[in-house]
Amino acid sequence: MSDAAPLLEVNDVSLVFGGVRALTDINFSVERGELFSIIGPNGAGKTSMLNCVSGRYSPNQGRILFQGRDVTRLRPNQRCQLGIGRTFQNLALFNHMTVLDNIMVGRHHLMRNNFFTGSLYWLTGAQREELDHRRAVEDIIDFLEISHIRKAVAGTLSYGLRKRVELARAVALKPDLILLDEPMAGMNLEEKEDMARYVIDLNEEWGMTVIMIEHDMGVVMDISHRVMVLDFGKKIADGLPEEVMRNEHVRTAYLGEEAASDADRNERVA
Amino acid sequence: MAGHATMRCGEFRTSYRADTTIFPTPMSRNFALGGVVVLLLAPLVLNAYYLNLLIQIGYYGIAALGLNILVGFTGQISLGHAAFFGFGAFASAWINNSFGIPVILSIPLAGLLTTAVGMIVGVPAGRIKGLYLAIATLASQFILEDFFARAEWFTGGSSGSLANSISLFGYQMGTDQRYFYVVLFFVVVMFLFGANLLRTRDGRAFVAVRDHYLSAEIMGINLTKYRILSFGISSFYAGIGGALYGHYLGFVSAEGFTILLSIQFLGMVIIGGLGSVMGALLGTTFMVLLPEVMTSLVGTVGDLLPGLSQGVAYIKQMAIGLAIILFLIFEPDGLAHRWKMIKAYWKLYPFSY
Ligand SMILES: Nc1ncnc2c1ncn2[C@@H]1O[C@H](COP(=O)(O)OP(=O)(O)OP(=O)(O)O)[C@@H](O)[C@H]1O
Ligand SMILES: [Mg+2]
Repeated sequence: MSDAAPLLEVNDVSLVFGGVRALTDINFSVERGELFSIIGPNGAGKTSMLNCVSGRYSPNQGRILFQGRDVTRLRPNQRCQLGIGRTFQNLALFNHMTVLDNIMVGRHHLMRNNFFTGSLYWLTGAQREELDHRRAVEDIIDFLEISHIRKAVAGTLSYGLRKRVELARAVALKPDLILLDEPMAGMNLEEKEDMARYVIDLNEEWGMTVIMIEHDMGVVMDISHRVMVLDFGKKIADGLPEEVMRNEHVRTAYLGEEAASDADRNERVA
Repeated sequence: MAGHATMRCGEFRTSYRADTTIFPTPMSRNFALGGVVVLLLAPLVLNAYYLNLLIQIGYYGIAALGLNILVGFTGQISLGHAAFFGFGAFASAWINNSFGIPVILSIPLAGLLTTAVGMIVGVPAGRIKGLYLAIATLASQFILEDFFARAEWFTGGSSGSLANSISLFGYQMGTDQRYFYVVLFFVVVMFLFGANLLRTRDGRAFVAVRDHYLSAEIMGINLTKYRILSFGISSFYAGIGGALYGHYLGFVSAEGFTILLSIQFLGMVIIGGLGSVMGALLGTTFMVLLPEVMTSLVGTVGDLLPGLSQGVAYIKQMAIGLAIILFLIFEPDGLAHRWKMIKAYWKLYPFSY
């Protein structure tokens, strides 16, 4: 539990679905304060890796340590209490709730009122607690610039806004480690720039350690401190963005076509 | 600068408070308060027939709100709600008869006892969903019915049990006029509790479990706990409603608590609006009044078609079934939703586009 211990340590994790080896012997660690990206082609196992960290899947082998503590067998809600929050690749909002209530759900584990004290609202301090957390939620709403939709029903919003609300909900958990699964997928350039700025702010100003899966290489190379590359469930590289880009395996496996066509173009120009 | 910041903060605080009231607008609050005041006067002007209907709406409405918390807000299903309603009725009579605890206390105690039974029945709900849960709750309906028939010490067996009328400070509340106030009190309290529950932490957790249980769990919500808790709370409401029913009739017997009543409770919740507190009351009102309206309709038309009046019992039952089906098809969001639309229309009137 010393300061030197990484915030997250993944040791020899393997995950199998029937015949599919989604993850094979994955090892990596993330330091407190890092902005760590996971990249790789479709089906490489990126989401599966996050699911193992957040508790959605249970690895068949290996251990996951968070703040020095073995969390491999904990339920997702227990991991949330320890400080792991996340967003989903395919939206997973509470579609019939308002944006505000969606984000308030994120405060669940930080609140103490329950069915009894909640029912007696005015007499038990539940009202005060609700208002305190409402204030914290409004700060998040301001930060992510979604105040105009706070009363809207989540299911009625555009894709880009829903992604933003989902981020707000994860931020409301006040996690030490936030896992973002393709936060910029399906967004236009402007929305992507906004999202990249939010991620950087979360990391630098809100002090959250970030693990992000993202396909947009421009963004990944720009904002990540460190990058890990998965391919067919195996880790093929891990290091500074520039290093990873130079790595031969990565160029053939992941950037294959793109790198090849880049090279092509360069040749033609030359 | 600092002064400015604190002022902003204080300003926000009041607006958040205004923002989190039970009623969305002052107008709707005044409307509800006015409704209660009018109801306070009801026993002075209404005859026994209408008072009886209002009392029925009261105790069924409390139970329906409980079922709505389970079905509408948490997204589970129960085909055994009538059994909990019956359990509450027997339990309150039993507590009062066997221990001499006054009725005004035996009613909430019966609610608690029913909660315990509901949580036990809810345990499978921690693991199973949908059709399987429906079957499990159906089983609990029959198990409890069987229990009512066998547990003579508790229910009086096939002869049923007597339920004393309520007295407050030595004041008998047995007449319809007086009992009406008892029921009104419980309705107001239980609906306030319900509305508060659903705007605070655990209420949001219920809806989160309903809307997306996987992401609810990632948000720190313990699914098993909330699925079982929802059964517990729903049973509490059923128990209170049942107890009020028992002490109103003065006599409790198992015949009243069959699967048929369970279906009717579901009908109230569907017709009123799944996931709406006021919907529970609207749906119950509809379900209680529908058979009465059918009876009087048959009464007027019956002179022309003599065969019709013999079939009035069937017509009532069919009307209930038909109403549920029609609502499912044409108004799946229920009366509460329709009411919202009407309100929105009047708010904008005459600019209703
Ligand atoms: N619940 C599941 N059941 C069966 N197979 C699964 C499941 N989840 C993932 N897989 C398989 O595991 C492999 C890795 O999938 P994963 O979703 O982790 O990939 P990914 O890297 O996130 O891909 P993408 O970029 O498309 O999101 C795939 O072959 C996928 O089909
Ligand atoms: Mg993925």
